[in-house]
Amino acid sequence: MATKHSRVAARVMLAPAVILLLGWMLVPLTMTLFFSFKKYLPLRGDSMANGLDWVGFENYTRFVGSSSFWPSVQATLVIVGGVLFVTVILGIVLALLLDQPMWGQGVVRILVIAPFFVMPTVSALVWKNMFMDPVNGLLAHLWKFFGAEPLQWLSQASMPSLILIVSWQWLPFATLILLTAVQSLDSEQLEAAEMDGAPYIKRFWFIVLPHLSRAITIVILIQTIFLLSIFAEIFVTTGGAFGTKTLSYLIFQRVLESQNVGLGSAGGVYAIILANIVAIFLMRIVGKNLDA
Amino acid sequence: MGRIQLKQVKKAFGDVTVIPPLDLEIEDGEFVVFVGPSGCGKSTLLRLIAGLEDTTSGIIEIDGKDATGLPPAKRGLAMVFQSYALYPHMSVRKNIAFPMKMAGLSPEEQNRRIEAAAKALNLTDYLDRRPGQLSGGQRQRVAIGRAIVREPAAFLFDEPLSNLDAALRVGMRLEISELHKRLATTMVYVTHDQVEAMTMADKIVVLQAGVIEQVGSPLELYHSPRNRFVAGFIGSPKMNLIEGPEAAKHNAHTIGIRPEHLTVSTDSGDWHGTVGVSEHLGSDTFFHVKIDGFAEPLTVRVGGDFDLHYGDAIQLTPDPALIHKFDAKGLRIT
Ligand SMILES: Nc1ncnc2c1ncn2[C@@H]1O[C@H](COP(=O)(O)OP(=O)(O)OP(=O)(O)O)[C@@H](O)[C@H]1O
Ligand SMILES: [Mg+2]
Repeated sequence: MATKHSRVAARVMLAPAVILLLGWMLVPLTMTLFFSFKKYLPLRGDSMANGLDWVGFENYTRFVGSSSFWPSVQATLVIVGGVLFVTVILGIVLALLLDQPMWGQGVVRILVIAPFFVMPTVSALVWKNMFMDPVNGLLAHLWKFFGAEPLQWLSQASMPSLILIVSWQWLPFATLILLTAVQSLDSEQLEAAEMDGAPYIKRFWFIVLPHLSRAITIVILIQTIFLLSIFAEIFVTTGGAFGTKTLSYLIFQRVLESQNVGLGSAGGVYAIILANIVAIFLMRIVGKNLDA
Repeated sequence: MGRIQLKQVKKAFGDVTVIPPLDLEIEDGEFVVFVGPSGCGKSTLLRLIAGLEDTTSGIIEIDGKDATGLPPAKRGLAMVFQSYALYPHMSVRKNIAFPMKMAGLSPEEQNRRIEAAAKALNLTDYLDRRPGQLSGGQRQRVAIGRAIVREPAAFLFDEPLSNLDAALRVGMRLEISELHKRLATTMVYVTHDQVEAMTMADKIVVLQAGVIEQVGSPLELYHSPRNRFVAGFIGSPKMNLIEGPEAAKHNAHTIGIRPEHLTVSTDSGDWHGTVGVSEHLGSDTFFHVKIDGFAEPLTVRVGGDFDLHYGDAIQLTPDPALIHKFDAKGLRIT
């Protein structure tokens, strides 16, 4: 791509994709912005055809003023943070284990990846009914086996349960990316460190972990993007009750349950801002790793 | 101190025996070179000494103490790898400091040794760079620096120069030899390059398929190779090996004569032939000569400006005192 000619050609070739993507993004974005400044309650007879009233920033102040707003931001951050914490740590452990030569390696690897292929709705249902059900769930049976009172998972420990379910879904992704990174580590580096007198823990800390930093960065970035908008798992399990109402779930409720499109759109704009703040923070913290 | 003894050391990977039982003594302060063709087990032998591979049977003693079961870190040996194996995310300074940090040396002592090593290896200006920002030769020196600061009982080198270009290789060869003279520490050096072996070694160990063919000083190996393999392997260009009736005249199965021990003439000589390809190196010229009645062409070394061309007639005379004789099994006849 060095010559002027090839640069021009490249731009022309890329143009359709760029224009399509821009349209894809810009149309919903402008519509959200448009609705967020309007009073739009379809059940009260508001419609595009009759023209919508301009209400300025009223939707924005009402969305933030609602008592559910800050708890929902907190819930979102707790879920994202919790899932990242669990998946990164367990992902590293699993990647190191799977890298060991063992019998049936191929089958085990496929089993580890399997949860990723299960739809979020389905896996949440499976967890809710098969594992966490306080009467028939496997976990309830386990608790009873040890003579303990079965836990009401989704109501008494709603947040940890949700983090558990989502982590189970995302662990394969983290493991897979981290495993390829582990496998790309030059074994002579580890041997050199071994000869330099570093025991296993120190080899992990000084050689393996820095080598993995880039892969960890990628896992964190990609998962954050997807986890900020997590919805199906909450819808299926708690329905937003017991303190699990995230920002995206709150927006859903405003638009579909309260039928207030304007208010929901304002929430959508807040969600975009939150996502960008998180993204900037992440880039700052981990961006260093990407260009090293 | 760095005396290493291998007693009946054997190594097998599964069913494949790579090194059949083998005995070897490496004296304190010696520069020992393992040389042999690719895949003959040189690296494996070095890794056995380092402790990076477990012996299948046999005993490895370091300074008279059994070290067979010791982990690599406890053996007091330092290794320089072919790929350098520098830690890419650490600066040169941190790379060199790593083994000392692991050993828990005081920061002042660490700095003192780093400065000394950097000075000796011309790395002072590069201490704050990452390995990725260094040239091959500089990386090699960092790897050596990391080994030196540990003050090990012996250094182990696995083909350390094979990734460098020819000119740099000659330079680094001298630097390593000088380092050995200065530190007087045992060094075990693996290479498949017999020039490196000849120029650097106090003692050469010639290996073939895991078996030691001969152990001796470079000149011992040059003057009296124990068998055909060593005769062909040591010396550049290779020794000419001649079988058949010509060998029978000397009561041998095979006779060998080095290219530099043949006298060349255009009018008189024992063997008559024609000049084939000639290689001009400036100081020397190598002629490949087809001799009437010999199966293989001979290589002969002459001075730089010997005026013979492709297809010219040539006559060769071997120096009778310098003919090597081998029996049917390839062993030397004295
Ligand atoms: N981990 C292993 N498993 C099985 N066989 C091995 C293993 N490591 C080495 N070998 C075999 O042992 C033999 C000797 O290998 P080694 O690496 O010691 O050769 P080398 O003399 O160092 O060769 P080179 O000059 O090419 O580096 C080879 O035939 C190789 O295939
Ligand atoms: Mg090797």
